[in-house]
Amino acid sequence: MRSTLKFAVPIVAAALALGACGTKGGDTSSAGASGGSQAACDLKIGMFGALTGPNANLGIYIQNGVNLALDDYNKKHPNCQVKLENYDSQGDPTQAPGLAKKAIDDKKVVGIVGPAFSGESKAADPLFNEAGLVTITPSATNPKLADNGWKTFFRALGNDATQGPAAAKYIKDTLKATKPFVMDDASEYGKGLADIVRQDLGSAVVGNDTIQQKQTDFSASVTKVKASGADALFYGGYSPEAAPLIKQLRDAGWKGTFVVADGVKDQSFIDNAKTAAEGTIITCPCVPADVAPEFAAAYKAKFGQDPNTYSGEGYDSATILLDGIAAGKTRATMVDFVKSYDKKGVTKQLKFDAKGESADIKVYAYKVENGKIVSVGEIK
Amino acid sequence: MQYLFDNFWALTITGLTLGAVYALVALGYTLVYGVLRLINFAHSEVFMYGTFAALWVVTFLGGNATGSIAQVIFWIAMMFVAAMAMSGLIAVLLERFAYRPLRKRNAPPLIALISAIGASFVLAEIMGLREKITGWFGLDTPLATYVRNSRNNAGMPEIITPQPVFTLGDYAVTNVDIFVIVGAIAIMIMLDQFVKRSRLGRGIRAVAQDPESAALMGVNRDRVIQVTFLVGGVMAGAAAAFYMLKIGITRYDAGFILGVKAFTAAVLGGIGNLRGALLGGFVLGLAENYGSAIVGTEWKDVVAFLLLVVILLFRPTGLLGESLGKARA
Repeated sequence: MRSTLKFAVPIVAAALALGACGTKGGDTSSAGASGGSQAACDLKIGMFGALTGPNANLGIYIQNGVNLALDDYNKKHPNCQVKLENYDSQGDPTQAPGLAKKAIDDKKVVGIVGPAFSGESKAADPLFNEAGLVTITPSATNPKLADNGWKTFFRALGNDATQGPAAAKYIKDTLKATKPFVMDDASEYGKGLADIVRQDLGSAVVGNDTIQQKQTDFSASVTKVKASGADALFYGGYSPEAAPLIKQLRDAGWKGTFVVADGVKDQSFIDNAKTAAEGTIITCPCVPADVAPEFAAAYKAKFGQDPNTYSGEGYDSATILLDGIAAGKTRATMVDFVKSYDKKGVTKQLKFDAKGESADIKVYAYKVENGKIVSVGEIK
Repeated sequence: MQYLFDNFWALTITGLTLGAVYALVALGYTLVYGVLRLINFAHSEVFMYGTFAALWVVTFLGGNATGSIAQVIFWIAMMFVAAMAMSGLIAVLLERFAYRPLRKRNAPPLIALISAIGASFVLAEIMGLREKITGWFGLDTPLATYVRNSRNNAGMPEIITPQPVFTLGDYAVTNVDIFVIVGAIAIMIMLDQFVKRSRLGRGIRAVAQDPESAALMGVNRDRVIQVTFLVGGVMAGAAAAFYMLKIGITRYDAGFILGVKAFTAAVLGGIGNLRGALLGGFVLGLAENYGSAIVGTEWKDVVAFLLLVVILLFRPTGLLGESLGKARA
């Protein structure tokens, strides 16, 4: 016992000394960065979301928007470029905390666009909050995320508390469905959204069901939907499950309207469900291309395709952070900068309320027609 | 409960179609276990490669929902040939490179098990990274239809539109349902007869019963093991083709859950027993559907595995017992 102590004391002392050095080093570097607006070079912003994996499309649409904003900035500041650091979570909440730590440890990262999904936000945001690293999510829509008192949490779009009622309204007023059925994938996002739709549709709901992510056979659920005589089905979840689900429903001869939300607004849904996807209604707090024509043109010139789900929100989120960098903000001062931000972005007036929610929110409806997702206007 | 009775036929028929796929994959687990006493955990990937072979060949031949009857028969035939060939090939390669070298050095069974898990990851990741891998050879653009978005779902063009053929209760049984159930049973009867009557089948049973005596009697053990893997792979390929007809969408990790279910089916029926795998597959498919009807869809896996535990409590060797070698009947 005594011999262990003999060794332990010097080791602890050495560790303390090293630790002290480390902190000192950190202090000097951040002091240097905040010294003046011109000193804030070689800073980075982070892109946190699924860039590979089954949900990668949604992440890549955002990343493209972020890259476009970065190009704009770097063109204006040729001598003081900002780099993008990617944190590819594959949309998996279990990978999120590790990536968050990585971002926090990189002192050059002054702000994060993301996390893209609600589940990974729930896992990573507490760490960002503790470290004081600001996050602006362009796509995570679970309403509860804003209720955690995270000072670093901002959301550049409407949450499911606005999207859910809009979807319910569309089902009631536009589709005039009298027997809606509600299904979810038990995820943070899907269940949260489906529960709001359930609540809003109230007693009209003829049936409920829950499936699992990665499930491919939905025969039990298909039987339930058909037996209920449903004329509309709302599904809260993502496209990898939505595609086989609607295909099997159509194969079984179900004729009602399939209504989904932003998690399915992705070309791979149509590529996989093929003709079964026709007529699907997709709600989304994301703006259609015709609302911001200049952004749409610039996006098309760079990536050879039209802007997709949350590309515009990704652009806006990155622009806020880049404006902060241009104003000489550092990681520590960025939070207040974002909090008091108030400018017109490509998607909407960019302004946040006390909880970090977007102050100006619109929800749009889209429809799958001839293999394309087309806008059918705002849900009012 | 009322719901179960009201929709009894719908749940039964869809449960049986899924059960048929489980059963065909389960045969691969059971056959290999019978001769090697090894759980071939990479068998799920053998199945997954079959689904992609089916998908690719139908895409390549330009399959669509409006083909004439002769065209549709041709597409389906090619789909089965491609899936069975691909799965058979992968299974044989797996045996050659992941298991045989270990067997030659008398490695303990646990090592082979780890090798199986490793091979499973390698195979799944190769499929998941196929866009990158073809990219190294500059083939990702010409092959874009086959390799693009390799971590995403890949959907097959529909070649037979499900049409109701007759109604049972108030469920319209479709041509696809009938094809899957009848086709799977026909293939299983062929396999049963092959193992029972052919010379190679006798070899498989001999090795399963007593490898050393079989070797002394002049049975070439390596060859028998190779044939066993081949047959198991071909069965998984057939399952993959049926799966693509019914579900039509696959992904690099599609084998995992299905593999676990098929393995469960094999254990349920009695691992090492061919007819047990068949029975286990159908029982599991039905149990999942009935279970989800009674307690809710989110519980369907719980019900299936609870059933497995209960059956193993009373019959530790599965429903029909462990007996590939003694399968004389």
